[in-house]
Amino acid sequence: MIATESLSKRFPRVTALDRLSVDIGPGVTGLVGANGAGKSTLIKILLGLSPASEGRAEVLGLDVATKGGDIRERVGYMPEHDCLPPDVSATEFVVHMARMSGLPPTAARERTADTLRHVGLYEERYRPIGGYSTGMKQRVKLAQALVHDPQLVFLDEPTNGLDPVGRDEMLGLIRRIHTDFGISVLVTSHLLGELERTCDHVVVVDGGKLLRSSSTTDFTQSTATLAIEVTDSDEHPDGTRALREALHSRGVTVSEGSGLPGAGHVLLLTAQGEETYDLIRDVVADLGLGLVRMEQRRHHIAEVFQDNDEQTGTASAQDARKEAVGHGG
Amino acid sequence: MAVEQHGAQAPALAGEHPARAGEQSRIHNIGYRSYDGPRLGRAYARRSLYSQSLRGAYGLGRSAKSKVLPMLLFAVMCVPAAIMVAVAVATQANDLPVKYTDYAVIMQAVISLYVASQAPQSVSRDLRFKTVPLYFSRPIETADYVRAKFAALTSALFVLTAVPLVVLYVGALLAELDFTDQTKGFAQGLVSVALLSLLFAGIGLVISAITPRRGFGIAAVIAVLTISYGAVSVVQAIADVQSSTGAVPWLGLFSPITLIDGVQTAFLGATSAFPGGHGPSSGQGVVYLLFVLGLIAGSYGLLMRRYRKVGL
Repeated sequence: MIATESLSKRFPRVTALDRLSVDIGPGVTGLVGANGAGKSTLIKILLGLSPASEGRAEVLGLDVATKGGDIRERVGYMPEHDCLPPDVSATEFVVHMARMSGLPPTAARERTADTLRHVGLYEERYRPIGGYSTGMKQRVKLAQALVHDPQLVFLDEPTNGLDPVGRDEMLGLIRRIHTDFGISVLVTSHLLGELERTCDHVVVVDGGKLLRSSSTTDFTQSTATLAIEVTDSDEHPDGTRALREALHSRGVTVSEGSGLPGAGHVLLLTAQGEETYDLIRDVVADLGLGLVRMEQRRHHIAEVFQDNDEQTGTASAQDARKEAVGHGG
Repeated sequence: MAVEQHGAQAPALAGEHPARAGEQSRIHNIGYRSYDGPRLGRAYARRSLYSQSLRGAYGLGRSAKSKVLPMLLFAVMCVPAAIMVAVAVATQANDLPVKYTDYAVIMQAVISLYVASQAPQSVSRDLRFKTVPLYFSRPIETADYVRAKFAALTSALFVLTAVPLVVLYVGALLAELDFTDQTKGFAQGLVSVALLSLLFAGIGLVISAITPRRGFGIAAVIAVLTISYGAVSVVQAIADVQSSTGAVPWLGLFSPITLIDGVQTAFLGATSAFPGGHGPSSGQGVVYLLFVLGLIAGSYGLLMRRYRKVGL
């Protein structure tokens, strides 16, 4: 779907992309990186809107330097920022955008009705966009990217500004774009945990360089870490400690979740399989404690940085890690 | 086929269930349909943007509120022409009270107001709400966007200024005035307002494209169009009173409407509205024409430069 070869983009002051070579196949691909990592620059180059300083890139087998127009006809783009005029209805706006993609008037209207329904906008699509919630606006933005039935869509931070429920809905929708609609997706985010749930493949960039490109299963295999939090009881005034000792006596290595929110109350351990969950349940029940939470700790972008960057930026990665965890995953 | 039939039944069922459940069952039943029809490409997209912008310039396809001003100004442009025609027919006059070429100059305040209200509407909105990147993520390119917007506002202005001339012309024929004279005057008038439309559209768009704030755009366009005219007229009047009449035509180069006045005085048989009627000679007229064409081309160039930067 997308192939880049030592793609570089230099601005007078910064290097946005530094010899990036990556090969992206069909399916849902996550592009992860901190703000300013070069994600948006990459999308601009892939749409043929900004020439690369060096290297080459192909989208759907078309060279971005020469076939920008052809690429843009077959690709959809959902920008990160607001892009909707408030004084027109979603229907009018998306019909107009469909025609801008080259759809004849009748087809534009039909596709608009279909697409808005698929993204979950019903009666409100006849009302001016100005009165929409953030979640509804994101849906309209998504609809305008899908209305011409592209082969590939670029979604730039589609979950930005959404509450947890809206976020989950949007992620589900992104998944469906591939499974139900048959459209490949390149979705950017600064939260790796979020993309793990939706993507087949994750590409991590930092400072314009490729940090890692692998299928999501690779990530999940290495991230079967469980976080456990328990209540205290009269019998065990320090429930966390009691659990740690009990688990330790059964041969399970447990570490404190230092650096995480609620440090001292959270235990981290590596799940070996289904048995580990059962074991924890039984141990907690035997101790008579309440199980507050038992969840899979997801790898966050900062941890990927740590793996690759162990010696250099440990301190900054720690900060970033706290932040990433704070965002939830 | 079976799937679609199922989908069609869902709304009927929705009558009994809560509306939401009905709608959701519809999503699952219909499923996603891919599009295999034609994709008409860049030229079609440009035409669509043109027609959408042209309609928008009269508030068509927009809210009722945004139709008020352009329609009102359009009416204000046409009513005097209709009255003149009515008078000419009723009094069986030998000629219309105004020349075709004079009409736009007399009504220039209305035209300026129209440009000031519609040019920012056409381009500032896209900048302010950042819709521009959505256009450029599609097959059209900077030049297509600029040309479509320029052509749309020019056409809208041409409609605004040419329709009253049509009213005058039809009225003149009804009043059985001389056919050859009237046709010639009408044709000259059309050329003049076409040039005026291009010039005003260019100036209006360049000013509006600088700012994403619509209010600022409106004020700036009014300022440039009317203040320049006011200043030029005053200085011309002073020059005329001090009998340095040679300066009068040169001063006219510095405001859009006096430029048009000069061009049509020199080439289109118009009577100059300059103080003392000191319009430019044919030689000066060439300078006027070059100025007008230069401004139009310059506006286009500036717009291209502006939008090359906007990108995504």
